[in-house]
Amino acid sequence: MSSVVDADLAHRAVEVARAAGAGDAEAYATETEMREVRTHGGGIESLSAATQRGVGIRAWLEGRVGYAFGTDLSTEGVAAIAARAVEAARVADPDEFAGPPVETGGVPALAGLSDPSVAEWETPRVAELALAVERSAQGFDQRVTGVEQAVYFDSSERVAIASSRGAGGGYETSSCYAYAQALAGDESGRETGLGFGIARGPAGLDPAAIGREAGERATEMIGSRKPESRACPVVLDATVAASFVGLLGRGLGADAVQRGRSPFAALLGEPVASEAFALRDDGLDPDGFAAAPIDDEGVPRRRTPLIEDGRLLTFLYDTYTARRGGAASTGNAGRSGYRTPPGVSASNLIVSPGSLGFEELLREAGEGVLVTDVAGLHAGVNPVSGAFSVGASGRAIRGGELAEPLREFTIAGELVSMLGAVRAVGATPRWVPFGDSISVPPLLIGEMTVGGS
Amino acid sequence: MSGPETLLDPAVAERVVARALASGGEFAEVFAERRAGMTMGIDESRIESVQSGAEEGAGVRVVSGGTTYFAHVDGLDPAGLEHAAGEAAAALRAERAEPRPLQAVATTPQPIERPPGEVPAARKAELLRELDERGRAEGGEIAQLQVSYAEARRQVAVANSAGLFTGDARTRVRIGAQAVARRGDRVETGAETLGGHRGFELLEDDPAAIAGGAARKALTLLDAIPAPAGSMPVVVGGGFGGVLFHEMTGHGLEADHIQKDASVYAGKLGERVAQPLLSAYDDGRMPGEWGSDGIDDEGTPTQKTQVIAEGRLTSFLYDRLTAERDGVASTGNGRRESFRHLPIPRMTNTYIAPGEAEPEAMIGEVEKGFYAVSFGGGQVDPATGDFVFGVNEGYLIEGGKVTAPCRGATLIGNCLDALVAIDAVGNDFWMKTGMCGKGGQKAPVGTGQGHVRIAAMTVGGTEL
Repeated sequence: MSSVVDADLAHRAVEVARAAGAGDAEAYATETEMREVRTHGGGIESLSAATQRGVGIRAWLEGRVGYAFGTDLSTEGVAAIAARAVEAARVADPDEFAGPPVETGGVPALAGLSDPSVAEWETPRVAELALAVERSAQGFDQRVTGVEQAVYFDSSERVAIASSRGAGGGYETSSCYAYAQALAGDESGRETGLGFGIARGPAGLDPAAIGREAGERATEMIGSRKPESRACPVVLDATVAASFVGLLGRGLGADAVQRGRSPFAALLGEPVASEAFALRDDGLDPDGFAAAPIDDEGVPRRRTPLIEDGRLLTFLYDTYTARRGGAASTGNAGRSGYRTPPGVSASNLIVSPGSLGFEELLREAGEGVLVTDVAGLHAGVNPVSGAFSVGASGRAIRGGELAEPLREFTIAGELVSMLGAVRAVGATPRWVPFGDSISVPPLLIGEMTVGGS
Repeated sequence: MSGPETLLDPAVAERVVARALASGGEFAEVFAERRAGMTMGIDESRIESVQSGAEEGAGVRVVSGGTTYFAHVDGLDPAGLEHAAGEAAAALRAERAEPRPLQAVATTPQPIERPPGEVPAARKAELLRELDERGRAEGGEIAQLQVSYAEARRQVAVANSAGLFTGDARTRVRIGAQAVARRGDRVETGAETLGGHRGFELLEDDPAAIAGGAARKALTLLDAIPAPAGSMPVVVGGGFGGVLFHEMTGHGLEADHIQKDASVYAGKLGERVAQPLLSAYDDGRMPGEWGSDGIDDEGTPTQKTQVIAEGRLTSFLYDRLTAERDGVASTGNGRRESFRHLPIPRMTNTYIAPGEAEPEAMIGEVEKGFYAVSFGGGQVDPATGDFVFGVNEGYLIEGGKVTAPCRGATLIGNCLDALVAIDAVGNDFWMKTGMCGKGGQKAPVGTGQGHVRIAAMTVGGTEL
């Protein structure tokens, strides 16, 4: 795509910030083209298209750091943003560990981040894909009463990063997703089910499978009831397991650790999980949407084993936390676009698959509960202690097989104990993109508290 | 003065709307916006995360035959706006439609006494240090304290093919404190916020009290016992306790969910959904409140809408499109996160009106139950009515008295059952701020109520 966001813009922004008084500076610029189609009732409800660009500038002034962003990329506009970043730095207190990322070399070449089908598929064709998702959900079963919405979204993004100490670079990525929310029910009540798929481009999506998943998840919950309270084996399906792995990733960030806000703060080198559970952060796996040659402050991405043989091997670092912790950056600076300065964040979190198929996991569980959805994770978790209590729905497991659907119960526990109680890991992982980028198979937890009637 | 013309030249607006209808459509609109804000934090007693941002742009939509076509653009130069209008209309193939000439409609933005942008940054930093000291003064067991300050100013202008040309200026200020208390292996957190559609005057009256409040919550939880699990009477605290009503009922009243038959309240207008002691409102005009605006993001003046009158469902919450579909007037609930988003029906300030019960008596009548003072947040599926709330400050009620603090409690249930089960509404009342997420868009909302008692509700804890 023709663009105003390139290495030149980023370098100019750094120079302007230094001219405005910054000792060091960094610029992060992005340009994103995106499309979204929403369908309802067999027709297109809305069709959106846009290009969005902006730049964020970090300025360092003798250990003080400030940040400013804006969308005006003209020469004067960038100068105004740079001046605001310097002004912000003057307000901050000095921090001995603050400083720009330094060039380390070794930026990997990474293929597979873009799919030409994003550009090649014209809007009517992706609109048809969204409609196909909706039809598949609607047609899954006659008990599907409607599809609240089916959505297709794609984006192509160009990123350029430069800093006064040489770290930086640029890359382009594309991604797309589609999902549907199906409604199902009979006289016993109403249920919803979500189906989703994610790929680098629309050619990689399977609309029939996405719709089918939505229909299946909604209909299988018909007639659900509240289970009895008890402690029992629990199988987390991949989407639910991903929610917990996302929490885990935040707890393993060095920032949370250094500021005493992580349940893992004192556990480096210690056993934190059962030997069945192995986890790595992999910023270079192109199947994961956080993959990039560099992180969000221009440091090379890499592959970092986090938990192996049940032991915690390292935390995740960006430049600031690495300096503060006497470690090297693991290439884990992340940000949610140009509006926010970078902070430590996981890239792609990958749980190593085990050997048991889904049916075998259920058999291994014997008598227990399969959890297919959790709600209220943001409200029901104490990120500092790792204690959680969240709303859940799913299926009973009886005699090692799926039985009646269950709703309105809670699962409660504590993150580190839960990892220690992982009895088996499924063989088939799935990429789950809800907020984080996580690949995880279903997990069997030996025992968890289920709160029902 | 901040009329729409300071953002959008009326002649340009007319051209953009006309361009949007050049290939047909029943309705077209341009929404222009200029936003600027700054945030600052203190953590480990050090001022950090000083950030400022400025963005401007516009979104153009065309509605034709039930489909909305939308494009947005960064910047407000006329050529960019016309290009966006062309993009929005690109998929249409019909005859040109003629917009009505624009007529400016004056609005009254919320009055702001001290624009926060005019307050020196050093004063804001000083404020954060005051909060930091106040929180830490609560006790040596306070291990961590984070405090944040945020200010934002949004100017918006709306012009549409029905001839409306109007605008609004919005200023919001919010502070938040989060404390971590530690005793041996026990770690607990507490949080408090203060926010409003107001200027720096919001912070004139002892803002540091919120840091003390956050710290005391965390300290209280150090002595907490595991929450009980099971069904019991639940007394919900005032203020942010109103998030319960926001989640379990408010979302289900938003007309988009109703029209897609994805709300348990669909078809229930005029029916009894609660006991006669309960009345509730959505009010986008409450002076100075976090969820208030002069107009919604489609240019409709905000209003006070009674949604439940003495137990009967009286109104849904509408934006322009859903109102047209139902043949009613918009209730001024068409809101959007920014010019990059389409408006959807959203709550503003939603609350249960004060009742007649004395809060102490409401607790005193409970033999064994749970007192949920405040929530970390909640979630509801409007289609099924199932909801879940994380309680971040809760206590046992034993023999009519509030006793031990509990940790790890979750309230779960179904909104139709829970709303009917409300058997007492307190005569105390206050509002709190929240950030609500819907369809990937965030919006500032107010929640409020006095104490409310639910006769039976499931508390999910770890204690079987």
